[in-house]
Amino acid sequence: MNTGIDEMSHQSHETAHDDHHDHKPSGFLNRWLYTTNHKDIGTLYLVFSLLMFFIGGCMAMVIRAELFMPGLQLVEPEFFNQMTTMHALIMVFGAVMPAWVGFANWMIPLMIGAPDMALPRMNNWSFWILPFAFTMLLSTLFMDSGGPASGWTLYPPLSLQGGQSFAFVVFAIHMMGISSIMGSINVIATILNMRAPGMTLLKMPLFVWTWLITAYLLIAVMPVLAGAVTMLLTDHFFGTSFFNAAGGGDPVMFQHIFWFFGHPEVYIMVLPAFGVVSEIIPTFSRKPLFGYTAMVYATASIAFLSFIVWAHHMFTVGMPLTGELFFMYSTMLIAIPTGVKVFNWVSTMWKGSMTFETPMLFAIGFIVLFTIGGFSGLMLAMAAADLQYHDTYFVVAHFHYVLVPGSVFALMAGAYYWLPKWSGRMYSEKWGKIHFWLSVISVNILFFPQHYLGLAGMPRRIPDYSTQFADFNMISSVGGFIFGASQLIFVGVIVHCVYKSRQAASGRVWEGAKGLEWTLSSPPPYHSFNTPPVIDRTTVAHAQELD
Amino acid sequence: MKKQNTFIVAAAVTAAVIAAFWLLLVAPGYTGNEINMPRGVTLQSELSYQLHMITLWICVVIGVIVFSAMFISIVLHRKSKDHEAARFTHSTRAEIVWTIIPVIILVVMAVPATTALVNMEVAPETEMTVKITGFQWRWKYEYIEDGIEFISSLHSESNAARRLISGIDPSAVENYLLDVDNPMVLPANTKVKFLITADDVIHAWWVPALGWKRDAVPGFINEAWTEVLEPGTYRGQCAELCGKDHGFMPIVLKVVPKEEYRDWVRQQQRKMAQEQAGLTDTRKALGHETGDDVQPQTLARVGSGK
Repeated sequence: MNTGIDEMSHQSHETAHDDHHDHKPSGFLNRWLYTTNHKDIGTLYLVFSLLMFFIGGCMAMVIRAELFMPGLQLVEPEFFNQMTTMHALIMVFGAVMPAWVGFANWMIPLMIGAPDMALPRMNNWSFWILPFAFTMLLSTLFMDSGGPASGWTLYPPLSLQGGQSFAFVVFAIHMMGISSIMGSINVIATILNMRAPGMTLLKMPLFVWTWLITAYLLIAVMPVLAGAVTMLLTDHFFGTSFFNAAGGGDPVMFQHIFWFFGHPEVYIMVLPAFGVVSEIIPTFSRKPLFGYTAMVYATASIAFLSFIVWAHHMFTVGMPLTGELFFMYSTMLIAIPTGVKVFNWVSTMWKGSMTFETPMLFAIGFIVLFTIGGFSGLMLAMAAADLQYHDTYFVVAHFHYVLVPGSVFALMAGAYYWLPKWSGRMYSEKWGKIHFWLSVISVNILFFPQHYLGLAGMPRRIPDYSTQFADFNMISSVGGFIFGASQLIFVGVIVHCVYKSRQAASGRVWEGAKGLEWTLSSPPPYHSFNTPPVIDRTTVAHAQELD
Repeated sequence: MKKQNTFIVAAAVTAAVIAAFWLLLVAPGYTGNEINMPRGVTLQSELSYQLHMITLWICVVIGVIVFSAMFISIVLHRKSKDHEAARFTHSTRAEIVWTIIPVIILVVMAVPATTALVNMEVAPETEMTVKITGFQWRWKYEYIEDGIEFISSLHSESNAARRLISGIDPSAVENYLLDVDNPMVLPANTKVKFLITADDVIHAWWVPALGWKRDAVPGFINEAWTEVLEPGTYRGQCAELCGKDHGFMPIVLKVVPKEEYRDWVRQQQRKMAQEQAGLTDTRKALGHETGDDVQPQTLARVGSGK
């Protein structure tokens, strides 16, 4: 890896159009452990999240293998529960969130014309906390009392039945939260203070906008999660009764606190996806993003609404009718700004001059399949019908549609889109397309039948099921295995692009690409924008008032 | 030529979606796999089913329109066909239209959604009450008026087959994982109130044919009601993760005509009286003079033979 990176830096030095010296630290530890460079930290985040994506993916394979047919063939139910819990924690906190922070680190300074992130040392710290947090979380699987097995929602009293290892889970979540909060402070400080002169807020690329809003969501809700798990910790180990009815507490209170964090968390994972897709669709449609301002307002509205819908996760918990009505109506409202976004993407494509490179394919896959997840979300909002859907595979299908062909497809789209910029070389378009088509077909084989399973009455989080659910579970598992295997192609494409590809990328990379990051060489110099760039119609994509 | 293309793509997308939806409705007849929400046997299940179908159809229609527009664009507006990119960046009128139309659709949807919820949740005067308690991993039913109580656990055949590498083929077991030793019995056409709670962790009591599920929360009592219109056997499962055997605490509800129900009550009362006599012996065997201080859970275990 070391030699490869040196090669990369050599390459970047050669192709840099300006006269900057790179001043790249020498030696592996100096370069990566002590780094304060936003590009290196971005790379660290992305590599880490890819590793976590595969660890969480292996757990999903265990789950789908056990569910391949009725009867228990591979694992005990207790271990199955540890797998579902860890799969979710790893994917949410280890794969998707750090991947978006990686994109933020790499792209925000390049997109707003800043030399680096505002708080580079904190940036280093917020990354290097993560490997320790996840080592601690994963180590619980090897402890006597096993990993957490109460679902990623950690509902008490069940989560309090866990053994001593539960303390490690709580501390790991605390560390992840600290990392996220520091990352968000950094993003906000960078965007608000480090924009190049002339880069007004309403000229910023949409990816920067969505991340600014995401960062505020993170700062608002991560402390709430920290508070919730701390109360679990003291209930478990220090004899408090926050959530213990026998001691005067209330187990349902935990669910309210958790979902006050949990619902904004969903948007934390998907708002940057909206941002990336809003960059890619205009580039490959060769046409400006339709309704830029509306997109910004829609993102802000979704973020606001995310704070007042949390109890739609709890319609069966025994709420007063008025409460159920409130949360039903507020949830339905989310369809409006989300609809605006989808309509605007389609309008951006409309009468464009489209080409379909891998990033565009993933972005289109995102729009279609995320919208399907949005439709099932609207169905779930109907409280009276949710009393049937709740805690079934219908819900599993819903949130996997918005997270896998939603958030993860947007991550893939973004990775293919900016990989030539990051590495200075073109990836293999052929293998990228093979990766896309295998993924998009298998992800539907994997998750679409789960709608049927849920409607037919299969509860979620069960290791074994009645024989009437056998056919669709088998189909779903086959889709899962293909999807899992297809992701190895992704790794292959990246490794090939970074180390083996002979085709150098131009600065602009894509014919229709607009924005400051494309005015730099590929790869960009180690320290970019030491002199603020000039902001004009040729360098930014959204400059309506310049016209 | 262009118009014709547009028409072909729109027709293709519509046909694909309708075919998929038709499969959804008809496929069970051919494959034996249930893939839509059951209509159930209560007012509530009919309400959730209707609401589910209304929402599903609205989503299908919106999906057909949006995806058609998108695929028309993908087919026609591509560089390989020398389509030149237009330059428009926004249209206030279009954006107002597609904000207001969804608002109207949502308001229209809110009407049946609200009526359904109110009708489901507001309980009428009920004629009998059953208390349901969730344990790890079985259900206890107490008939308040008739003084019957019993524990309902996974049927022994399923319980043997579900062990890791049990060597028993699940398809050879009747109602694998959905059968219990002592089913809950209710009279048909009777309004029943349920008081739902739990003893250890949160469970959820769910029989899909009744049209709802309700969490069983330790320390709290949730209310729900039902009136089953058709006699029959209805099966369900615990729907809230409750530990390692969450997947193995099914619910079986037998709904019988009222007279048959009275017979069952008398039979249960006799059985309980016999068991009571037996339990007194067990208590003495456990070393308690009167048995009053024995924990209910211990009794439950003794009672169910575990």
